[in-house]
Amino acid sequence: MKSAAFDYVRAGSVAEAIARLAADPFGTKLLAGGQSLLPALNLRLSAPALLVDIARLPELAGITLTGTTLRIGAGCTHASLLTAPEIARHAPLIAEALAHVAHPAIRSRGTLGGSLANADPAAELPAVMLALDATMIIEGPSGTRHIKATDFFTGMFETALAADEILIALEIPIRTQRSGFAELARRHGDYAIIGLAATMTADATRLAFFAGGPTAQLAQRAAGALGTGPLNHERIAAACTALAQDLPAHDDPEASASMRLHLARVLLRRVITPWINPSIRTPITA
Amino acid sequence: MKPITLTINGETIRATVPPRLHLADFLRDQCGLTGTHLGCEHGVCGACTIRLDGAIVRSCLVLAVQADDTIIETIEGVTDSGEARALQAAFAARNALQCGYCTPGMVITALDFLATAPDPCDRSAIRAHLSGNYCRCTGYEAIIDAIAMVGGQ
Ligand SMILES: Cc1cc2nc3c(=O)[nH]c(=O)nc-3n(C[C@H](O)[C@H](O)[C@H](O)COP(=O)(O)OP(=O)(O)OC[C@H]3O[C@@H](n4cnc5c(N)ncnc54)[C@H](O)[C@@H]3O)c2cc1C
Ligand code: FES
Ligand code: FES
Repeated sequence: MKSAAFDYVRAGSVAEAIARLAADPFGTKLLAGGQSLLPALNLRLSAPALLVDIARLPELAGITLTGTTLRIGAGCTHASLLTAPEIARHAPLIAEALAHVAHPAIRSRGTLGGSLANADPAAELPAVMLALDATMIIEGPSGTRHIKATDFFTGMFETALAADEILIALEIPIRTQRSGFAELARRHGDYAIIGLAATMTADATRLAFFAGGPTAQLAQRAAGALGTGPLNHERIAAACTALAQDLPAHDDPEASASMRLHLARVLLRRVITPWINPSIRTPITA
Repeated sequence: MKPITLTINGETIRATVPPRLHLADFLRDQCGLTGTHLGCEHGVCGACTIRLDGAIVRSCLVLAVQADDTIIETIEGVTDSGEARALQAAFAARNALQCGYCTPGMVITALDFLATAPDPCDRSAIRAHLSGNYCRCTGYEAIIDAIAMVGGQ
């Protein structure tokens, strides 16, 4: 199908894009990679009056390392992050997850910021941001604000972004930690039926499940049951039991709630069982 | 209407386009390059795959206005330059096409695979790279045979 008619401008700066949004917040949409927005327009699920193209803004580009923080521009494409040496070294979880996001011809245009702002419940990157304890950097008419990933994803396709705000970048603390990723999808590159992005430092485990409910979420009770200190099979079994209290009962045509819970437990074991062996290290090095 | 200037298969093209026109329709209807096919128009079938600034993209998910000041290569371009010749011969030899609807997108995606893959004969890597390209005729095995055959040359 063809999209309805709209007007288009290429923004010259973030300030210009914000001014355009502020002038008509509900009739205007930001266009980044277009890999979620353009399908929605072609399917006529959405019909904005104006698209503001932010794809070429230098303010949204690039990866920078300052001290123990990795800052990733919202405009970085999936493909660029898959091959970036800074990501491979300091946040390999991102690249591991991106291999499951869509297909090469979509990853070449789709952006990190677009994926996070879109907040698809089955998308990989929101869960990765929860697992990495990321902070979102957001700009709007009243200035810049920082918001934790745990407060950013508020519901199905809903985030803490106001209609006149732009996600500029995100910051990830560099820590010595293990990380792992697994998902189950019907075909390679499809959205997941259930997935898990996990990290473990000396004193905290973050288990971020996606496609298990309206938004990616941390499984707090399962992480609590895992505890800290050396991992063993009993603690992993306890975490699997506790997982029933974390995941909402979510039935859809892909899977029933009980099948999802079963698969979530399979993924939890698959990702963290190798961590029992202390010689296996997947650290993020400072 | 918006003015755009872009390079398509080595030729500089100037045009005026409505913002909602996607690149696939622009290529087919305004440039007469009908080798780029449209199956789904929402990114899932891969029939419209082309190259933009050297990277493969879905031309149904790029607006013609977004392609201002870019370099576009279509199946016609890689055919005329000879870049796709070995693959096209292998597709014919292996019966890797029947109706041919998916073929231009398959060939462009396969060229990208052959240019970037560490092991161009790795069948599971070929499958993963082609995962976003649907074929309703061949059952894929022959397509993978053809790509692996060229990868081994
Ligand atoms: C066939 C297909 C399969 C896919 N499979 C997957 C998959 O398995 N997993 C997955 O995670 N994704 C998948 N995707 C989606 C893909 O990852 C998209 O690239 C991504 O969701 C959106 O990024 P984008 O840059 O294309 O954003 P756009 O489509 O340009 O924008 C998406 C939304 O975010 C808003 N937006 C964009 N950038 C910003 C910003 N900086 N600040 C504020 N708002 C912004 C836009 O206004 C719009 O509402 C798939 C897409 C297709 C077409
Ligand atoms: S027509 Fe573009 S992916 Fe199907
Ligand atoms: S040959 Fe007919 S769709 Fe592939």
